[in-house]
Amino acid sequence: MTQQQQAAGPPAEKSTDPAEEFLDRSTPLSRIRNVLHRYPALSPAIVLLVAVVVFGILNDRFLRVENLSLITQQVSVVGTLAIAQTLIILTAGIDLSVGAVMILTSMVVAQITVNNGMPAPLALVAGLVVGLAAGALNGFLVTRFKLPPFIVTLGTLNIFIALTLLYSGGSTVRGSSMPALLTWMGSTFPVGPVRISTGVVAMLLLYIGVAFILGKTAWGRHVYAVGDDKEAARLAGIPVNRVLMSVYLAAGAVLAVGAWIQIGRTNAASPNAGVDLNLDSITAVVIGGTSLFGGRGSVWGSLLGALIVGVFRNGLSLAGLDVLFQTLAVGVLIIVAVSVDQWIRKVKS
Amino acid sequence: MTAVDVPTPATGTRQPILQARNLVKTFGKVVGLDGVSLDLYPGEVLAIIGDNGAGKSTLIKCLTGAELPDTGELLVSGQQVHFKRPQDARAHGIETVYQNLAVSPALDVASNLFLGREERLPGPLGSIFRVLDTKGMRRKAKAELIRLGISTLQDVTVPVENLSGGQRQAVAVARAAAFGSKVVVLDEPTAALGVRESNQVLQLVRDLRDRGLPVILISHNMPHVFDVADRIHIQRLGKCAATITPQSHSMTDAVAIMTGAATA
Repeated sequence: MTQQQQAAGPPAEKSTDPAEEFLDRSTPLSRIRNVLHRYPALSPAIVLLVAVVVFGILNDRFLRVENLSLITQQVSVVGTLAIAQTLIILTAGIDLSVGAVMILTSMVVAQITVNNGMPAPLALVAGLVVGLAAGALNGFLVTRFKLPPFIVTLGTLNIFIALTLLYSGGSTVRGSSMPALLTWMGSTFPVGPVRISTGVVAMLLLYIGVAFILGKTAWGRHVYAVGDDKEAARLAGIPVNRVLMSVYLAAGAVLAVGAWIQIGRTNAASPNAGVDLNLDSITAVVIGGTSLFGGRGSVWGSLLGALIVGVFRNGLSLAGLDVLFQTLAVGVLIIVAVSVDQWIRKVKS
Repeated sequence: MTAVDVPTPATGTRQPILQARNLVKTFGKVVGLDGVSLDLYPGEVLAIIGDNGAGKSTLIKCLTGAELPDTGELLVSGQQVHFKRPQDARAHGIETVYQNLAVSPALDVASNLFLGREERLPGPLGSIFRVLDTKGMRRKAKAELIRLGISTLQDVTVPVENLSGGQRQAVAVARAAAFGSKVVVLDEPTAALGVRESNQVLQLVRDLRDRGLPVILISHNMPHVFDVADRIHIQRLGKCAATITPQSHSMTDAVAIMTGAATA
């Protein structure tokens, strides 16, 4: 109860009885809102739970372990991109180039192994370098030239797509021609009745790592502070540009891992894959309750957001609906999620 | 080291904690500061007043490292210093509360108090994994608020956006007071506050002074200035028009000097 009172806006200066009485008379709806405001990951969690139950009732194949395992694998790539996207959106930025960076990285890794005969571990390191370089370019343009991240990444999106096509000549590298290490992320292992892919495990490890860094370290707190109010952060002595640069670099590193997962998941490296991954990653972050204005949200919300999108797509297709309805549903989801988010935030006024 | 100017009678011959000598700052053709000097002595509240565009904010920014003066020098306890960034001033014990508050709304009170100088856990958890000592910082934040007599902030885990204007200002002032070992600079601390909240902030200013911490106070509000200031530095057209005391001059005199209708 005390938590709800604290979240209910400016506490009365004198906690006189009438004031407390007033807070106690809050409607059930506003009480729900206060709880949702206190725990931002709660609303996507509820949506996910309801979606799973509803789709489970609609089609009994949905809740089978093979299907649930398939959903996690389908989510592993977007879920990983969503980590990078969350980091950047937390700083009040947006990255339209995440999908393009990932595809470019996957093409470089695959081609230098297959065509240039580089050992697979070295190729993965080269992939990491490509991811970091792409992040560094975005970060450099955002911090040095003070360009809006939207514009910067809109530009680099096109640059990276073009580079990918120029470099690869438009041809796909098949997984069967790659060393096993490159497609390792697609391999699965049994956990009881479920089959889990290495890619899903890698994604979850990334989530745990990034959540830890964001929640428990000074760097994480500075990321929130920079996204919340850049000038306030600067005046508080936070090196804003260095934080921004490190965020774009970290996102690049995460995307490089995403490229590895993508190669495993699709068992190929294709320059034409993942055109819609940019928007899907933003969708996951937004549905997960992270504010596009920066400074608020959590990486766990984005995982839930990615799972919600995955569950909707899978559930609707099992229900026999056309793929267009999946897209329609995702569109509705985004608008509903942001509306609910706005409603929850009214708590403070 | 330059020769110290003749100190004002009110403050005797003590060594100033902070001195500015002939600061000049131009923005293109606009002259923000035109050779301003200022002395701040231990245990005093020095108010800086002036009309819009008189150079108050520029002066403060130069004193606190937010702007780099073109020429002129700064001395802290008689030692010449060069502030290139706000962190440099902070490293010399000068803490500033900026007009726009410089608090992060989504972070809680304790996080804001320690923003930019977070403390890590002792041992390998802190040194290798760089884990923050959240509990310790909350405990210290609470202790600091009690020490400063800020009773309106009971819970240091509340996000700052849930606080009233006065409470937010208290958080900002508390941060400055907690870490400012030599000087606390307050830029328009009562600008957006109601009567009651203004009084709380002014009381906080007096408490800081009584603990020996000198305060520089920038304000438009004459009653507030005359209420707490020991000396008043009047800026006009980029220069220091006069330095007066509430005893030697009235509010009307101060306004007249500020607007150029009179000289000290």
